[in-house]
Amino acid sequence: MNLARLKGPGVFAAVAVLALVVAPLLLEPFRLGLLAKYLCFAIVALGIGLAWGQGGMLALGQGVFFGLGGYAMAMHLKLVDAQGDLPDFMVWSGVEQLPALWKPFANPVFALAMVVIGPMLIATVLGLLVFRQRVRGAYFAILTQALAAAFVILLVGQQGLTGGTNGLTNFFDLFGQDLAADSTQRGLYFAVAIATGLLYLGARQLVNSRFGRLLVAVRDGEDRVRFLGYDPARVKTVTFAISAGMAGLAGALFVPVVGIISPALLGVVPSLELVVAVAVGGRFALAGAILGAVVMGYAKTSFSEQFADGWLYLQGALFILVMTLAPKGILGLAASARDALARRRTARSGDPEPPPADAPGRRVMEEVA
Amino acid sequence: MSAMIEVRGLSVVFDGFRAIDGIDLTVEQGELRFLIGPNGAGKTTLIDVITGLTRPTTGEVVFDGRSLVGLREHQIVRLGVGRTFQTSVVFEELTVLENLDLAASFRQPLWSLARRRRGVSDAVAGALEITELGPLADRPAGVLSHGQRQWLEIGMLLTQGPKLLLLDEPVAGMSKDERERTGELMTSVARDHTVIVIEHDMEFLRRYASQVTVLHEGRVLIEGSVDQIRDDPRVQEVYLGRKPSDAVGKQS
Ligand SMILES: Nc1ncnc2c1ncn2[C@@H]1O[C@H](COP(=O)(O)OP(=O)(O)OP(=O)(O)O)[C@@H](O)[C@H]1O
Ligand SMILES: [Mg+2]
Repeated sequence: MNLARLKGPGVFAAVAVLALVVAPLLLEPFRLGLLAKYLCFAIVALGIGLAWGQGGMLALGQGVFFGLGGYAMAMHLKLVDAQGDLPDFMVWSGVEQLPALWKPFANPVFALAMVVIGPMLIATVLGLLVFRQRVRGAYFAILTQALAAAFVILLVGQQGLTGGTNGLTNFFDLFGQDLAADSTQRGLYFAVAIATGLLYLGARQLVNSRFGRLLVAVRDGEDRVRFLGYDPARVKTVTFAISAGMAGLAGALFVPVVGIISPALLGVVPSLELVVAVAVGGRFALAGAILGAVVMGYAKTSFSEQFADGWLYLQGALFILVMTLAPKGILGLAASARDALARRRTARSGDPEPPPADAPGRRVMEEVA
Repeated sequence: MSAMIEVRGLSVVFDGFRAIDGIDLTVEQGELRFLIGPNGAGKTTLIDVITGLTRPTTGEVVFDGRSLVGLREHQIVRLGVGRTFQTSVVFEELTVLENLDLAASFRQPLWSLARRRRGVSDAVAGALEITELGPLADRPAGVLSHGQRQWLEIGMLLTQGPKLLLLDEPVAGMSKDERERTGELMTSVARDHTVIVIEHDMEFLRRYASQVTVLHEGRVLIEGSVDQIRDDPRVQEVYLGRKPSDAVGKQS
């Protein structure tokens, strides 16, 4: 079926045109900025889709890696803005000398490398410690969540080093460009959109490779995989590290797009929100993760404008609904609807029935329980 | 002949319960050995110890001149010991071909797996042929029948080129036809592998076994040919005083 094979690339191309041509033409700068923000979240979501949807690792603390990437970028921007002096917030907190931790971040290459390497390194160490001990399922989820909570406490406590609760903000210059200029923000939007597309293609390649098959095998039968001669701990660690690297990169893009990184953006709740978004979009497909992040990001903005508190409950309710009734999320529902339509059409024309879309996995419920 | 696997003075204690109570067992290279015994005799536990799933309380397991005790499961597989499980486990979301391919790729470095599979390797093609699963190669393994799953598992083992295969009740729950197919498959596998098979079914035993070890309450009761085993009064007693040909035939 050549047509079927063209469908995936066709959809991808259509979305690319939408994102790179239509959206920049139609959306005013403020709305385009919002979309850029959602796409940053979509990159984190992509990593969650990989770790959770494909690998079965319910990572509830991706905010940590998002934060590591974000702070690395923000530290660099602050140092550039300070032009050799102390960053503004340090002066206000009474810090007199640039902390040693900050110094290397003046170098753009180091800062950009740390955006990805830092999160991947920490995820690797954590993964080796945790997956070797066969910590998994809910225990892994709780552990990552605790990590997010601890990270926030650490950030808030180190006022002079991290800007505390306020985080790092007030950036003016991005690699020689005026950050406030519409053209810079537009360029940033394109950078984020292209990064999202490339990362999606890369993740897809991985999922379709033997490694991807192995990852699914680890998700569905970790113990069995051992008896095929693989070490599941390594497979999981590599995947977790990749998802952490994505979150780090997303954080680094987020900083110039939104203009701030702070503990409130990367704690337990924001981390959870992204997992919910992935579930809503459809966690078993990478596209579902991206879709979920954009839809939920948009919904959050629209809703919070009217009633901020309601959003939290609505989100929780949505999560429960999706996990119980539509474990494959929006994408799963769309596929079922399409199949139902196709069946009705063939029933009318008298053709044999096409095979139905596979039923939502029973495993889903067990995993959550 | 030299010993493929040697178990010495093995015991396994679970919370004070002796599941294995001093077993010595030697299986020679190229041998097809049957392991029988009533429920709870410790057969599966013995295989669990050999494959690293369970740590022995005391004793030694030597495979091909190397001690296995303390190695992790995947390391033991890499030395050349493959096993199947009493309830077969295949990866249901992967196709039959992908299941086999995954098994066959286990010696490749992890990073090289990031490439997409192209074509079918000789090992995989061979396994598809010997298990006769070729026509189902592109179906998800979840649609296979119970018998086909066991064959797929054996096929997965074969792609890995193991020196020793441990099969835990491969014909349990199979129809008569499936048993026959499995028996043939096993016989052909045993031609160039060392195989240990756990099996209850006496009919199956009579047709395919030569050397049999009987376990009972964690010990080796007797070792010998099928006829010797069948005529041994201790074996008859273990199987509740009934003739083993009746009792052993009953499935757990
Ligand atoms: N992990 C465990 N913890 C506690 N007891 C166990 C454990 N594994 C096995 N046992 C016990 O050890 C004994 C031997 O079990 P094993 O599974 O080896 O028997 P078996 O010979 O394979 O029996 P079957 O024919 O039913 O498969 C049984 O009494 C079983 O309940
Ligand atoms: Mg058993």
